[in-house]
Amino acid sequence: MSGQYMELFVKAVFVENLALSFFLGMCTFLAVSKRIETAFGLGTAVVVVQFITVTTNAFLYNYVLKEGALAWAGLPDLDLSFLGLVTYIGVIAAMVQILEMVLDRYFPRLFHTLGIYLPLITVNCAILGGTLFAVQRDYTMTESVVFSVGSGFGWALALVGLAGIREKLKYSDVPEGLQGLGITFIIAGLMSLGFMAFAGVQL
Amino acid sequence: MSSRAKRALLDPIVDDNPVTLHVLGICSALAVTTSLLPSLYMCVALTVVASLANASVSAIRKVLPASIRIIVQMTIIASLVIVVDESLQAFAFETSRELSVFVGLIITNCIVLGRTESFGSKNPVGLSFLDGLGNGLGYSAILILVATCRELLGKGTLLGYTILPNVADGGWYSPNGMMLLPPSAFFVIGLIIWAVRTWKVEQVEEAEFRIHEVHRTEAH
Repeated sequence: MSGQYMELFVKAVFVENLALSFFLGMCTFLAVSKRIETAFGLGTAVVVVQFITVTTNAFLYNYVLKEGALAWAGLPDLDLSFLGLVTYIGVIAAMVQILEMVLDRYFPRLFHTLGIYLPLITVNCAILGGTLFAVQRDYTMTESVVFSVGSGFGWALALVGLAGIREKLKYSDVPEGLQGLGITFIIAGLMSLGFMAFAGVQL
Repeated sequence: MSSRAKRALLDPIVDDNPVTLHVLGICSALAVTTSLLPSLYMCVALTVVASLANASVSAIRKVLPASIRIIVQMTIIASLVIVVDESLQAFAFETSRELSVFVGLIITNCIVLGRTESFGSKNPVGLSFLDGLGNGLGYSAILILVATCRELLGKGTLLGYTILPNVADGGWYSPNGMMLLPPSAFFVIGLIIWAVRTWKVEQVEEAEFRIHEVHRTEAH
């Protein structure tokens, strides 16, 4: 039983890495990967937000939106899944806002470290993508939780890795047209090749 | 067409391209481009959403309080995406399955929110519509280019028709399977950016050259 969750976790971190094999959260992935420290801050924020929002959205999907999910309220024929997208993005925006306020009130130090990245996360497609994948693949509640932590962690890992390479790259002589964005794409491609090597791992 | 409208429409295609210059909307540009057909659907979907969202935001720009504008814009975009998503499922079910979550992800596509925020909320309706359309086309140009490279080299086909006959079917072209895998999408976009910046040199200097130069002077 737990082996199945372990496999899901490893798959979400390496083989189906949100950043490197589904290209989610690319905008932030490319913009915030210039320094390891900032990358680490954003990565942590993403793991936390991913866990909270995917869990909440999976809960909403399974108990409110899914076809027949409202049977507990006496409405077995209702299918609200077309409202999914609006609900998810609303939940994400609201959760990020609430998290920001809670952190500001109770963990001011953490808030100062993560503060600037939190609003960015609302429009990070890795978050919405995580929710949509969990819904599309029909994960149960437990699976959704495992998947959310794994995928958030995988994204953060890729981000910190790329930031590390880019810090070293500052001292390299890159052809002019390829500087900055161009070379970053090539590196991301190479990293993606590396992560694909995990595809054969079985647990 | 006035020169301003023309610029709003045509500038984003090469000179001010949202993907290669502003690094917006990269996620889907990479993900759906394994073959040309889904990419075309994606282009149409994004262009429709971008132009309509931009026009709608522009229409209510004078009554919209600044403090809640992001959430209102998100709601408008999300509603438009739902309409597009449902229509795709109704009329092009196979392709919509192939695009999977990426139609829904148009909501968080930075091109759409970026344009409504920076252009639609300040300009008249008609102009905003053209701006959205132009940015949609700029995005489409890159998407079609990448998808053509990847499908042609990866499978030897375009839109499902055989262009380069495969070795397996008695032809001469042995397909490069890596073109269909995620890494090659990064490589192709990287190379396109290289090509565009070699052609339009001013894009290089503005974006990245400065960083390099500062580093060189520090070294002296």
